[in-house]
Order: sequence, then C-alpha cells, then structure tokens
Amino acid sequence: MKFVQNIFDQTRPLVEKDGKRNILYPLHNAIETMAFVPDHTAHSGAHVRDAIDLKRTMVTVIFAMVPALLFGMWNIGRLHFGAFGEESTLLDNVIFGAIKLLPLIIVTYAAGLGVEIYFSWKRNHPVNEGFLVSGLLIPLIMPVDIPLWMVAVSTIFAVLIGKEVFGGTGMNLLNPALTARAFAFFAYPTWMSGDKVWINTTSTEGSQLVDGYSGATALGDLATTVGQGMGNPATETVMAQFGPEGTYSLANAFLGLIPGSIGETSAALILLGGLFLVFKGVGSWRIMVSFFIGGFVMAAIFSAFAVNEFMGLNPLHQLMLGGFMFGMVFMATDPVSASQTATGKLIYGFLAGFFGIMIRVFNPAYPEGIMLAILFMNVMAPLIDHYVVEANVKRRAKRLANA
Amino acid sequence: MSQTFKIRKGHDIKLVGSAPITDLGRITASTYAVTPLDFPGITPKLAVKAGTQVKAGDTLFFDKDRPEVKICSPVSGEVAEVKRGAKRKILAVLILADSDITYADHGAFSFSGGTREDAEAHFGTTGVGAFITSRPYGVAASMSEKPRAIFVNGIQSGPLAGDLAYQLTGKEKSIVTAVKALKLMTEGTVYVSHDADQAPIEALQSLEATHITFSGKHPKGLVGTQIAQTAPLNKGEIVWTVNAIDLPTIGAAFETGEYRPEYRITVAGSKVINAGYANALQGVSLAQFLSANVNTDNTRVISGDVLTGSKIENDGFLSFGQSQLTAIPEGNTTEFFGWVLPGFGKFSTNRAFWSWLFPNREYDLDTNMHGEERAFVVTGEYEKFIPMDIFPQQLLRSILIGDIEKMEQLGIYEVVPEDFALAEVACTSKLPLQEIVRNGLNDLRKEMI
Repeated sequence: MKFVQNIFDQTRPLVEKDGKRNILYPLHNAIETMAFVPDHTAHSGAHVRDAIDLKRTMVTVIFAMVPALLFGMWNIGRLHFGAFGEESTLLDNVIFGAIKLLPLIIVTYAAGLGVEIYFSWKRNHPVNEGFLVSGLLIPLIMPVDIPLWMVAVSTIFAVLIGKEVFGGTGMNLLNPALTARAFAFFAYPTWMSGDKVWINTTSTEGSQLVDGYSGATALGDLATTVGQGMGNPATETVMAQFGPEGTYSLANAFLGLIPGSIGETSAALILLGGLFLVFKGVGSWRIMVSFFIGGFVMAAIFSAFAVNEFMGLNPLHQLMLGGFMFGMVFMATDPVSASQTATGKLIYGFLAGFFGIMIRVFNPAYPEGIMLAILFMNVMAPLIDHYVVEANVKRRAKRLANA
Repeated sequence: MSQTFKIRKGHDIKLVGSAPITDLGRITASTYAVTPLDFPGITPKLAVKAGTQVKAGDTLFFDKDRPEVKICSPVSGEVAEVKRGAKRKILAVLILADSDITYADHGAFSFSGGTREDAEAHFGTTGVGAFITSRPYGVAASMSEKPRAIFVNGIQSGPLAGDLAYQLTGKEKSIVTAVKALKLMTEGTVYVSHDADQAPIEALQSLEATHITFSGKHPKGLVGTQIAQTAPLNKGEIVWTVNAIDLPTIGAAFETGEYRPEYRITVAGSKVINAGYANALQGVSLAQFLSANVNTDNTRVISGDVLTGSKIENDGFLSFGQSQLTAIPEGNTTEFFGWVLPGFGKFSTNRAFWSWLFPNREYDLDTNMHGEERAFVVTGEYEKFIPMDIFPQQLLRSILIGDIEKMEQLGIYEVVPEDFALAEVACTSKLPLQEIVRNGLNDLRKEMI
C-alpha cells in the first residue's frame, strides 16, 4: 500500500497551511485517515487503546442499514413495474431501483459533505464521521420521486441548522437526518405526501398504468377512514387491503412489500439491522425495546377505545407500517440526540414510540408522526437526562447529610 | 470478618509477556533521580543544591504550601544536578550515589506511649509520609490531615500486574509495624483489601484491621473502586490510601528510623527479553538494566502499568511509588483500512470487532491510538468500566466547562485520574480522560485552598 501512501504524501504540501488549496485540507485529511488508520501514539494517560474509533462505529451502522437499503432498491423497481402490470425479474427491479436511488445517495453525500468540509476548514478541525451515517439515512427516508435538488437543499439545511450551528458532530440537539426530512416535509409537502411520489410511474412508450392503480401508502389510505366511524361500509374497500389477502396485510407490511419511503418498508430487514447493532454494542437496546413498547402501548390503547378504523388497527400491524421500525432502529438511537443516561434512554424511547403513534393516528395530515415524535423527544432528551442526573446528585447530597 | 464485593463492571486487559516468578537479580547504578513530577499537587521547593552531600533519608525537596510534606533521598551521595525545564520548573534531582549507603538516623519509633503527634512527626521526618495518598485530589498526604479512614490496597489487578505475595515475601514484620503506625493516624477504620481470585497473602490476612475482599474484574485493584464499594467519599471528608507494596518501607522507617525504599519490581511486557522480578531501590537509573533486558528498538518503556504508568526514556529512572516496569512496542505505523476490516486479531472491549470470539486471548498491544480524537458521541460507554455510582460523561463535561459546583455535585471527590483509565482505553472518541480528571482536581483544589 506504499504507493497509496505516496499519493497522500505528495499531495499534502498543496493542502497544508501555506498550500494553494488549503480549503481542501479537511477533505485530504478525511480521505487519508479513511485509507490509513493514523500512526498517532498515546501521549497522555493510558498507553494502549481500544481498536474502536468513530469510523468503526459509524461503518457498523452503515453495515446494519445495507439489508434495508438493498431491499428498498429492489422494491422501487418492483413497485414501478407492478404499477404498469409488467413482468420484471429480480435484476430488472434492482437495476431500476439503483438508477433511482444512487443519484439520491450521491447528491446527499455531496451536499452534506460539502457543508461539513467547509466548516472543518473554517474551524480548523478534522471532518467528523457523523455524516457517513446521516448521508445514507437521508435517501432512505425520502420518497423515490422527490427531485434531487430538494434533497440537496434539505440536506444542506439539516447539516447547517441541525448540526453545524451547534458546533458540529457530537453537539447537535436534533437528529440531522430527521431534520432533513422534516424540512422537506414542511417545505415541499406535495413531494413528501399524497399518492404521487411513493412509486415511480414515469411511463415508457406504450405502457399504461394498470386499472385500479393507486400510489398511496398504507397510512395514507388509513387516514381516509378517520371520521367515518367503525364498521362503516364506506371504509370497507380500504380496510380490505389490510386483511390477510390485502396489499397491506400484516405479512406484506412485515416483509416490506408495500409502498413507502425507500428504506423504511421492510420491518423484517430493519429488525435484522437492529439486532446487528445491539449485538455489536453500537445501538442501544434500551431505546429500541422501550420505543417498541411505547408504540405498542399507545396502539393497544387506541385499538381498545377505537372510534375509527385507523385506531382500531391491530397494534402490531400499526407498528409495522410507516417509519416506526426505521425510526426505532436507526433514528431514535442516534447517541448524540438521544438521552445519554441508561434510565433516560428507557424513558426517551418509550415516549418517542408512544407519541409517534399518537401523532400519526390523531393527526392524519401527519402520517409521519414518528419523525415528529423523535424530533420532539430529541429536544426533550436533555431534560430527561437532567432529572436522571439530578437524582444521582440528590442521592449524593443525602449521603453527605447523613455522614 | 471479611466482606466480599464482586466487581462486574470493568475489563481485564490480557497482555503477552507476564512475569514468571524468576529472580532477575538486583538493579544497581551509580545515579539515582527523584522527580517532583511523580507527586501531583506538590509545588517543589528544594532543600539541596548541586554539590550537597546527602544521606539516604535526607530531604531533597518539600511542598512549598505544606512544608511538612517531604520527599527524601533514597541513597546517600552527592547531588549531581538539579534538572530544570521551561520557566525553571524542577524536573529531577540527580544524585551520584556512594558505593556504601549511609542512612540518616531518625531514630526508631516507640509504640509504647507513642501518640498521634509523635507518629505524625515520624512520618514527616523519615519521608515515608509521601507514600500515603490523600483523597480527594489524589495528592501526597499532609500528615496533619485527619483522615476518616485509611485504605491499604492489597490488590494488584492491572495489566501484567506482579504477584504481590511474592513481592512482599520476607517483609512480613515491617508490614505489621506499618499498619500499627497507620492506625495511630486515624480515629476511623483501617481497611485492608484482598483479592478473592488470588491465593491469600498471609502477611496481609493476619493484620489487625478491617478486611475487605474483592473478586471480579479490574478495576477491583484500584483503591477508588474499593472506597466506592465500601463507603464512598463525601465532600469535606478525607481518606488516605496506601499500596500494600509500600508498607515495608513505611514499617522499616518506624522500626529503624531509616528510609529504605526497596522494592521487588515486576518486569513485564512483550518487549522484555527476560520477564521476572528484580530488586531495586526507588529512583535507580535503569539505563543499564533496560539495555540488557529490554529490546529497546521502537519500544515504549513504562514505569508502572499500561493504564496509569508514565513513559520513561531508555535511560530513565524507576519512578517513585512504582513497582512495575512494562515495555511494549510503539504503534507508530499506519494501517490500511483498519477501521473496516473484520478485526479478528484486534483488541477491543467492544463487539464491533470480531475478536470478541476469542475472549481469553493475550494481546501484544502497541501504543497506537487507533483513530483520531473526536467530540463525545457514544454514550453509556464509560459507565461499563467505572463501578461507582457516578455519571462519568456528565462529570467530564462539567470539568471541561470548569463548573466547580457541578463537579462537586456529580462526585468529583470520589475519583482520581486512575479510576478513568479503563474508560480512557475504551473511549471511542479517543479523549484524554485521565488528563481531564487531573485538571479538574487541580482546579477544584485551587478553589478550595
């Protein structure tokens, strides 16, 4: 690998302090430290160090996302060809999906890393790894047909306002990926909801959408039942889709054979990623488990006191829809914006899941209640931690008083 | 009656090159050095200058703010040089030793009728008081303090730690004397800790004191852990801590009035040619010993263990209060895509590398950081290595922003830097935790005095 090292050594003078391309130093440094773990040795404190670093932590999260990402890619193609009633092979689906998804990923990384590198140069610190994960999360929570420039604007907003104004990776209050999605959702609502954006229906010559085609999502359809009461014959066609034979059956929702944001549909593969994260010690099981319980409790309460079909949905089915599972595994667990104490994580996760389902069902205009609930709990997390830490402080003060 | 505590939080770092019970002989040299850097919290004021003739047990320097805290010469001879650094900071006092050591005679201590004041004076004049560390702050104790309790640490559980029983062999009598002397210094309890996972050490078991036993993982051998499990330190309280290995020196000073900081030190690590135990006086020049016994090519020699020891040069000296020498390779090499590879052979406390499949493997670790420094990102990580009722990350943050009140509330009185050593090893963000804690304690102490 000597020749790779030589390339870095030769280009370094160009980007160093007095070099002509100093603004590229953070980029140079980022790529170099990615290619080679640096030769830094311990100078203070312990003389040996764990092999783990932030790059390893982040790449572990990326590995955990890969199954959901590949599935999303395939699902883009499957839904597209399905809309036209065309036969397609696995390869067709994946290739079509890749053509749609890769530009999203590239644009996100380019936009986000551009901002990161500018700030690293400005503040004279190395590029942090945080965006490695954010840059892959953002495309996975976007509808397939969103224009690329909207993704770029949302990403830049998220990195700038969600992260850099607070001081960069580790200092942010909100989850940057969700900030990007929330921005897109409120700035470009027609591209983030409704029944036009979830399935790509760009037609080729001679092809036509199949009869009865609907581009809606499960949650979009469920929202139409609100206000109609339970057992209303008008909602029968919609609810039939949630039956065992329907498009949105529990099995389909679990496997992910439904329309939705690119990476969020397959609960099974997301769960697999979640188990991987917990096993690797990177994701917090406390947040995931309490998030699931919180959502389930809310859904069960709704189901017990249902006044419409949306509320009456089987709790488990409710959790398999929309962004619940994706939010649970990849969004709520962001260590920086989540609660930091063990007890705090349990409370934080529970409330995020609880509120997520509540917002989704009570306000059908916001089918993505999960996103809003997690962002809300991001803001509340320091408060939760404050009380957990305060309890420790009180315990200590009491010990002092008794001593 | 002995109480047993099980330490579940922590990690035993297994390294290659542990020391077998082999006698490597005696380390001798003509130069000795005592450095104020080994004593955090001391502002040294010299009692000697170059050319002064000293006996073993004569004061070399003392603390400017607490003149009763004296650091003595381990040998007799002539002060060769006072090494100074930037702003004339004293780095070391070098002594050219006589071939036959003569001792300053401070007189034997009479225990019959000996009061606390007598013991206080004896600890001071003989210099063995410097072996007592005072908490909070983790600094050399002033004998005028009134400690709530004294903890004698009889556990060595750090990486490549030596066999304490072997290191104490033949010194049983002085150990008893030392504990007798310590008991005079407190109205509270004198605790002696034992390792339940090792063969009991007879010399410590038979002591008249309150015995506490610990089993499980490192940091069971850190006295901070032992205090936290027994009776955590509160604001305004003082406890003293002594390592069992220093007891013979203390005992000898009370029996004979002479200062004899003589140790059987552990020599270990993958870069050591012959691992084992060597007899040495504290402060001895290690130049000859290291060139003969350690493969010094691209090696880091550490006085102490890899968690808390200090780096010494190849011509360095045995530090005060350290009874272990460790030599490991320097890790000044880059690794191609090291952060993506599965890492079957990488040391990690985390399952993110596949080496978790081999929990009992001994590692030949080097000093590489394995990454660049970052901000705090990962949470809940430090807690796994600090068996105390504190929130480590919150405490560190309060230190970094200099919020004294918050530090107190979050329990800074209960910790010293070594308590954060394991967390520092595991830290994903590669932050210098021990340094942060030391700075915090210094700030706090400045504020309180």
